[in-house]
Amino acid sequence: MRLTLPRLLQLAVTLLTAAFLIVPAIQSILAGLTVNYFRGLSSGFTLRWVGEVWRLYADSILLSMGLAVACLGVTLVIGVPAAYALAKNPGRLSRILEEFISLPLAVPGLALALALLQLYGSMTGFRTSWTFILVGHVLYTLPFMVRSVLAVLMAMDLKSLEESAATLGASTVTRFRTIVVPNAMPGILAGALTVVTLSIGEFNLTWMLHTPYLKTLPVGLADSYASMRLEIASAYTLVFFVMIVPLLMAMQWATDRAQRISR
Amino acid sequence: MTLTIRNASKTYPDGTRALLPTDLTVGEGEILSLLGPSGCGKTTLLRIIAGLETPDAGTQVRFDDEDVTRLAVERRNVGMVFQSYALFPNMSVRANIGYGLKVRKVPRAEREQRVDEVLALCRLGDYAERAVTALSGGQRQRVALARAMAPRPRILLLDEPLSALDAALRDSLRDELAAMLRQFRITAVFVTHDQAEALAIADRIAVMSQGVMQQVGRPEELYREPVSSFVARFIGNAMPLPGTIADGHLILPGGRLPLAAGTSDAEVFVRAEDVHLDEAGPLSGTVETVAFSGGHYRIGLAGVTGETLFATHPGRQAPRPGDSVRLRIDAGDLLVLPQDRS
Repeated sequence: MRLTLPRLLQLAVTLLTAAFLIVPAIQSILAGLTVNYFRGLSSGFTLRWVGEVWRLYADSILLSMGLAVACLGVTLVIGVPAAYALAKNPGRLSRILEEFISLPLAVPGLALALALLQLYGSMTGFRTSWTFILVGHVLYTLPFMVRSVLAVLMAMDLKSLEESAATLGASTVTRFRTIVVPNAMPGILAGALTVVTLSIGEFNLTWMLHTPYLKTLPVGLADSYASMRLEIASAYTLVFFVMIVPLLMAMQWATDRAQRISR
Repeated sequence: MTLTIRNASKTYPDGTRALLPTDLTVGEGEILSLLGPSGCGKTTLLRIIAGLETPDAGTQVRFDDEDVTRLAVERRNVGMVFQSYALFPNMSVRANIGYGLKVRKVPRAEREQRVDEVLALCRLGDYAERAVTALSGGQRQRVALARAMAPRPRILLLDEPLSALDAALRDSLRDELAAMLRQFRITAVFVTHDQAEALAIADRIAVMSQGVMQQVGRPEELYREPVSSFVARFIGNAMPLPGTIADGHLILPGGRLPLAAGTSDAEVFVRAEDVHLDEAGPLSGTVETVAFSGGHYRIGLAGVTGETLFATHPGRQAPRPGDSVRLRIDAGDLLVLPQDRS
């Protein structure tokens, strides 16, 4: 392959774009690992700031993980049967319901949070519990689960598959368990991936709903940028990366695996 | 098992009458075909037998002495082969075939043994561990049949089992399917719109049109003694001979044909193989088209009736287009049917 001028330009633009995206990330990671950011890398590397982040924000990290798992659980229990019901009854009412479920996507998280606060803010026990944030996260992530599962269910001949299972003696529950769920698995996993990622990263709705004792990972990050030294905030970013990247990779792997035939 | 259907009908919520009250009996081990054009109600009737469609009140479906009209589909113990086959894409061939036994909680050892039996019967042994998505159309059809048969159903129902295949494959698989159904010795009902399929596979054929069962009988009966013009046209493509009937003769533009005594107010049909070229024949016509098809010529004739009349000519030589010919139709070959009121 000869390096002509257009090719050189292409390469330059690609490299510049990549650098534009990756340099700040590298800089931030390095900032979290240097002894003193203002003196530069010559001050040496340390894990002290990472330790400091753990000491200050371990609760936020655990809360975010717990929230993500709980949110995934709730969206699975509500979202998969909901998508199934929508796929089975392809009428106008179903389309309206589908749009209704998707409404939180169009409404800003702040507005959603305000509505929740107005309605439930006076219920002190609920307001100060982590389940209050969970409700917000479920509202926000549910449409992703429903749409992802619905897309897969609509792509297959659900009616014939269920009817043939029925003639073979399978009850409604058995059909759902052995035919619907396994065949919807790629959609369920893709939805799960989205839900967990969104729940861990969600900021603006959570920021409105949180209390001083309930800070999630991104809320803690904002807090550390606002009130700690830059090295701690950068180390925090590093912790965030380390947590979410393996999670993304594991989910991606699971999605690929589900698409292959399972016996 | 004997299937008895009394007064079966189906009206959709929008008022469409898919099936008008119909009676039907299918004997032990008999293969019956429901034949008709699309929208004639044949699939609706099949789905009523399976329990996939709720029929109108008054319908009765009996398996032997048991009234199953209100029995849920999953408890009817029917085997069904769907038009699209509807194989479970998340399972292997073996798991597909074993599904019916698994949901009925048949012990594992017995299940494996039954699946192996059916795999052998349907010549699928080499494909047992394959993914169903990796099979050809013909193999999928056999898996669908094997899956329906594995739980030993009381009746086998097939909905257009050959229509998902391409034309070349369809002809060879038709005979294969007929042989397999005989081998199973099971009461079977199969739906098709293709008369060749019905004639090749079925013991008896029920011809349906617009929600009404027109005639039920052995293939030869339907072919030789159709009771309505619809059946005559649909089975064996009988051609109408529109003419006036006067003093024992049918008067056509091309001549006069003698009819059996006492015939009046009737529609007369004839099949191409019963129209003979004969120099002494009473009818005359002009050759329009000649098509050679191996064993015979198919000759299109103008001037005999208002439309083109076809004759199957077995000779070694055929007249040329434009030639004038004389024709004979034997009185015994005419299909004389009562006037169709619709």
